[in-house]
Amino acid sequence: MSAQDTKSLWADAFSRLVRDRWALISLVIVLVYAGIAVLATIGWGLPDWKTSQASEYLAPNGQFWLGTDLFGRDVFAKVIHGTKIAMSVGLVTSLIAIPIGVFIGAIAGYFGGWIDDIISWFITTFSSIPNIMLLISITLIMGKGLVSVYLALGITGWVGLARLIRGEVMKHKEREYVHAASAIGGGHFRKLFIHILPNVTHLVIINTSLQFQTAIKSEVILSYLGLGVQGEPSWGTMIDDARQELARGVWWQLAGATFAMFLVVLAFNILGDALRDSLDPKLKGK
Amino acid sequence: MTTYIIRRLLYMIPVIFGVSFIIFVLFNVVAGDPAPLLLGKHATVQQIHDLREQLGLNKPLFAQYMDVVKSAFTFDFGRSWATRQDIIEMIRQGAWPSLTLTIPAFMISTILSILLALVVAFYRGKGIDLTIRFLCIAGQSISSVAYILFFQYFFAYKLGWFEISGYEPEFPVFLSYVALPGIIWIVLSLGPDVRFFRTVILDEIYQDYVRTARAKGLGEITVLLKHVLRNAMIPIITYVVIQIPFLILGALLLESFFSIPGLGGITLNALNSSDFPVIKAMAVLSSIAYILFSLLTDVLYTLADPRVKLK
Repeated sequence: MSAQDTKSLWADAFSRLVRDRWALISLVIVLVYAGIAVLATIGWGLPDWKTSQASEYLAPNGQFWLGTDLFGRDVFAKVIHGTKIAMSVGLVTSLIAIPIGVFIGAIAGYFGGWIDDIISWFITTFSSIPNIMLLISITLIMGKGLVSVYLALGITGWVGLARLIRGEVMKHKEREYVHAASAIGGGHFRKLFIHILPNVTHLVIINTSLQFQTAIKSEVILSYLGLGVQGEPSWGTMIDDARQELARGVWWQLAGATFAMFLVVLAFNILGDALRDSLDPKLKGK
Repeated sequence: MTTYIIRRLLYMIPVIFGVSFIIFVLFNVVAGDPAPLLLGKHATVQQIHDLREQLGLNKPLFAQYMDVVKSAFTFDFGRSWATRQDIIEMIRQGAWPSLTLTIPAFMISTILSILLALVVAFYRGKGIDLTIRFLCIAGQSISSVAYILFFQYFFAYKLGWFEISGYEPEFPVFLSYVALPGIIWIVLSLGPDVRFFRTVILDEIYQDYVRTARAKGLGEITVLLKHVLRNAMIPIITYVVIQIPFLILGALLLESFFSIPGLGGITLNALNSSDFPVIKAMAVLSSIAYILFSLLTDVLYTLADPRVKLK
């Protein structure tokens, strides 16, 4: 038996992932953004965005790479700090949506019967209301600000994953390894959480990468609607500011925020696709 | 099939109860008392009491929930808090501008995406496939708000090719107003659509029947159009039909940027003035549309694939 054959699925998936050059670059980009977000949160080592340092709307130059905004603040520093909101929106909404989706989907798929009927009804009901209506309603009711954005995106984000996990768990619960677990006296809890769930983890990982980019893009829309983050630079509010600025020829705020967002969403996109390929057990060892 | 449709229509009832419940919880329970909000800071206790009476907010919660359910079945949503207009009348007026924007844009983008997907599937793995796929992913990674801002600024304001904003309901005048938002819609849809259709087509392309078709000497184009596309129809139908309810809701962002007085615009105005009944009505109506169209998808399956039997 060669060393290749003894590799675990995860080690194999990882080695396939890093062999894909684009996926590796994307992973590095995501990690760099995450690092910047951490630095911005602890407030260490990043350029200052709060103070007015020059006159309003300076075009990009050697000192201010992306020019200045209405208050003479450094747009480049704002873009950098916006990373914090973007990444935290992605992280917090994933932390809300993914456990809900996994739990609800797993319970429905595993137990079937009337439990599945009720949960399926719940999923159908929830997905019948267009996401944008739910987002608007939740943020309208909870008030403006970051917490509402987290909640709104978290509460709307679980449906797709729940449906996916439900279908996958249904397939798995009749497999031999689960029957084997029953035979040695494993209970429902043990079979579902110890045996089946690790086999659907790849769906969770792929979905997290999807949830991140959806959240980052939705933050911009909510900010445009005036429901977003207040009092802190975010790419959404910067793009929203550009509505008034473009007619005056001020393009740098829009360009900076759009590009920063483009790069990380693109990285999540490519990473998501690569994860799907590398985590597919059917492709193991290829 | 008739029994199936009847059963699905009956299943709508618990779903509508569920949708009403979510909307009720959001607006009648979590949202708190809207009366002080509507009357302003200087309202007297008597005024607030009268308004609550008038809006049915001093009823027990269960009765308020039944009001939401009733509105979903009778389509009687009452009047807007902001404009005092009958909500169903507002929606009837907003439907035309929305549909003149979304239907042509939706049809063009769907057909264009399917054609593009066939082209990239034909050249799978080659340069043109990789380029279009990369453009799709890259295009999808840019914020829709950024697209709208840039296109409006560049094509309407700078170059003056299109109207910057506004709307006229007469044909063909409305075309000059909906053309640019329509183009933005198409550009926004191409990325996800082409990627989805490509995957669906490639799932079919390695099937045995495709090998058989090639083996009997059919050209690749005939294979793609007559065999592969036909068999890929089920996921394509699901994907396309389920988007239709969202056309009715209108292109929320596009309408507000281009001042098109459609349903999306109505929803956003309601949002800005905390006009709960209008938002509730839009949420209920779009959910009902969603349920009806997902039923339609299932019925269309039987047309696309005779093997599908609805029981």
